[in-house]
Amino acid sequence: MTYADLGRLAPLLVLFAAPVVLLVIIAFYRHHGFTMGATLATLAASFVLLVTGGHAESFRITDLLVMDGYSVFFVALILVAAMVVTLLSYPYLEATTKRKEEYYPLLLVATLGAAVLVASSHFASLFLGLEILGISLYALIGFQRERRCCVEASMKYLILAAVGSAFLLFGMALIYAETGSLEFTRIMQSAKGAGLLFLLGTATLIVGIGFKLALVPFHMWTADVYQGAPAPVTAFIASVSKGAAFALILRFLTELRIDQFPTLGLALTTVAVLSMFAGNLLALMQTNVKRMLAYSSIAHVGYLLVALLATSPLGMIAVGYYLVAYFVTILGAFGVVAVLSGPEGDAEQIEEYRGLSSRRPWLAAVLCAMMLSLAGIPLTAGFLGKFYLVVAGIGSALWVLVISLVVTSVIGLYYYLRVIFAMYARPEENLAALPECQKIPVLSGITLAVLSVVLVLTGVYPGPMIDIIRTTVTGLR
Amino acid sequence: MTLEWLIIIPLAAALVNLVVPREQEGVARWISLAALAADLVVLLLIGGGNWSLPGERGLWMVQSNHQWIPQLGISLQFAMDGLSFVMLILTVLLGVASVVCSWTEITERVGFFHFNLMAVLSGIIGVFLSLDLFVFYFFWELMLVPMYFLIAIWGHENRKYAATKFFVFTQAGGLLLLAGIVALYFVHGNASGQYTFNYFEILQVQVTGRAGFFIMLAFIAGFAVKLPAIPVHTWLPDAHTEAPTAGSVILAGLLLKTGAYGIIRFVLPLFPSSVAEIAWTVNLVAVVGILYGAVLAFAQTDMKRLVAYTSVSHMGFVLLGLFSQSAMALQGAVMQMLCHGISTGALFILVGMLQERTHTRDMTRLGGLWDLAPRMSGVAMVFALASLGLPGLGNFVGEFLVMVGAYKTFPWLVVAAAIGLVLATIYALDLMRRLFFGPLKGSWSFADLSLREAVLTIPFVVAIVALGVFPGPVFRTVQPTVDSLAKAGKELHQVQSSLGEPSGNGAVVVKQSITSREIRWRMP
Repeated sequence: MTYADLGRLAPLLVLFAAPVVLLVIIAFYRHHGFTMGATLATLAASFVLLVTGGHAESFRITDLLVMDGYSVFFVALILVAAMVVTLLSYPYLEATTKRKEEYYPLLLVATLGAAVLVASSHFASLFLGLEILGISLYALIGFQRERRCCVEASMKYLILAAVGSAFLLFGMALIYAETGSLEFTRIMQSAKGAGLLFLLGTATLIVGIGFKLALVPFHMWTADVYQGAPAPVTAFIASVSKGAAFALILRFLTELRIDQFPTLGLALTTVAVLSMFAGNLLALMQTNVKRMLAYSSIAHVGYLLVALLATSPLGMIAVGYYLVAYFVTILGAFGVVAVLSGPEGDAEQIEEYRGLSSRRPWLAAVLCAMMLSLAGIPLTAGFLGKFYLVVAGIGSALWVLVISLVVTSVIGLYYYLRVIFAMYARPEENLAALPECQKIPVLSGITLAVLSVVLVLTGVYPGPMIDIIRTTVTGLR
Repeated sequence: MTLEWLIIIPLAAALVNLVVPREQEGVARWISLAALAADLVVLLLIGGGNWSLPGERGLWMVQSNHQWIPQLGISLQFAMDGLSFVMLILTVLLGVASVVCSWTEITERVGFFHFNLMAVLSGIIGVFLSLDLFVFYFFWELMLVPMYFLIAIWGHENRKYAATKFFVFTQAGGLLLLAGIVALYFVHGNASGQYTFNYFEILQVQVTGRAGFFIMLAFIAGFAVKLPAIPVHTWLPDAHTEAPTAGSVILAGLLLKTGAYGIIRFVLPLFPSSVAEIAWTVNLVAVVGILYGAVLAFAQTDMKRLVAYTSVSHMGFVLLGLFSQSAMALQGAVMQMLCHGISTGALFILVGMLQERTHTRDMTRLGGLWDLAPRMSGVAMVFALASLGLPGLGNFVGEFLVMVGAYKTFPWLVVAAAIGLVLATIYALDLMRRLFFGPLKGSWSFADLSLREAVLTIPFVVAIVALGVFPGPVFRTVQPTVDSLAKAGKELHQVQSSLGEPSGNGAVVVKQSITSREIRWRMP
């Protein structure tokens, strides 16, 4: 550990120190606005430190962490997403919750966990990151503890995530038994010609991460947790938590050169196809928007696996671009849900969205844009994201996966359109039954507007974003 | 003046319409009209400025190119040839008609309606101009969302079902098209070392063999849904019936044409050898569509549904013309595209006027309307006759040329298609009989065509008669495009004879220039 190491570690150290300081301050001085502002400032500071730190060369900090372009890109993405979640949380908590301040240190800790996960190059740091993220999420999901569904969701997540962690640890143990190392690069060196035990260990490891990613058949918790958690926390799980886990598994499997292990590739292909079909088909049957987005997120991780299995630089760029698009989209979608939610519960049922366009045209337009992006329609980032996935898939001749992607995208259209149709239904239908609406909080309004602009901008002028992803992410190999 | 303006003007009008204040929504109608008029002026200026005697000018009247996503070899490559020009004229004119025909029909959310109308038109214009495969696909998909809204918000009773079905069908076709485009991108890139979506670059490589065949199937699947061909036509009757009048006009007049345009622009020149392999099958599908559409049209009691099924039948002729590998049939298909756009658009407008007056589309409740509204009935008569292929009206020229052109290669299919003309006579005359002749059913009383409606419908009558008796200018405008397709077929012939049979999945690079033109492809 040198001073240079500390310098490169600064973004994470800031995230580590701030929650401690904040907790002490909260004990003496409870002020929602101040806490939110401090959280935002912390995330921004961390972001600035990260981006100005440079990413040209890969930088190892002991055996545990590596700060290369890949880490920098995904950590930056996570930090921005956390900022958006913070901005969306403030008005939401104002409207719904009594004690609000502790929420923010938890959010910071969860962000720290996700960042460590992305930057880890060792099983110890991987597990640490995953658990830091997980444990703060248990608390965040159950944060509104007077609401029963929150507590239920929190318990479900706790138990199933613990099972996932157990699998993960077991997988690590098996890999260690075979290769004698916990450090990624050394594992990769001894992976050549490794036996059944190693394969089994990797598979078990993927099961553990699969829980976090909610891949079929490890997806049981998703719908309940998405539904039960407060809307901004759901946005955090859908974006930061899943994105970090995916970035990790992508790094691990790419360094492992997964194309050397056809069995593993076959297993992952099966999981991807199952996720696409099950996610989309189950989403078809939902009448609850949060549950629908939960199942759709299962499908979207399935789509991402297409790019992962492509094992090409193109695939890595596709993952980077798709994650950016998905982050923007899903944060925007849950942002709208959060704005519409009140003290009596989140706006979940599709019925509550009926005629939204005549009551709140701009909010309806934002949600409409997000749904079109999830469906992959042009002018949105989601379109180019899906396009990139198809390019990566066909480039590596993964026909089964590409065809599954096409077929399930068509299925998926149906439920995204259902939300849009409900919002744009003629106003005379059931309008009187709905309560008068309040004004959109300024903070949420601005955040959602910015997200929509970014959505369209990356959808029609993606050149700069692709350049950033290219220079950072693909430096891996 | 460049081609981008043709797309930007309606798009800008769409955005302005979106923010028109709710109290003065009527302004949106004038904004749309002004935008379309401006578009027409630009179009005529570009067309006129680059006009010269046929034979002297090259294929492309005007081109423009800008960088867009260089990382993937995507550029905003626009170009206009005679075919695009003709289609664009049709687009703008039918656009004007759809604005005028919804003048009194649409009273709710007028601004948002015109946003969607202008957005779908700019998408269609983009499709007719793009010569980068990615950009083409981009506009192809862009047409869907506003069309979905037009049906889903301003449609009739069963609009949700129809709108969703329309979207799902066309999106499924679109994604297959996307897979085909990306596969072509890689096949071309692997063969030439240059990864690009540019049409002109991709045209340099003939993709043959199994790979070419499957990529062509993906393209055809995407275009067939829009066309529509049997058995992927089922969205059409629902969407046409439930859409508001303007939506039906745009669907029948323009959206269906994008499918045929795609086949001419991409399928025929890019995969000449695979097209030859599959031509018989496609033509069989086309003929089945002609007969099936005609029979079902006869069985309908819903006026709009009847007109919708006639579209299936008429577009069958277009498909037959496209895959007959004869210049004459190809010219006929283009003519049929134009005339079908005009005659079916007019029929939908007339049905819409009737529905606005009577609030029903059920023909069993109507009858004997001639005495009530003679002017409307007269106009309807013209288009019913056009629909059955009366000589002197445009549709006759198109259908006749298709059949004569295709007879040489597919005689029995043409014989079967000719039966479709008889069936067309039955359903068209039956429609007239049921609606306008006989004693007056019920106690309807409504006004005949108003001045606005007369101004709207008379140009359609003039156009369909003009195309019927004086089709030459259209043929001359489209001739270079037809010639270039003949050239592509010729080049393939040369390469195959110089290299022997193309191998399995191979892609053959074609760079020779052709000096002699094949006579068979020329118009007599």
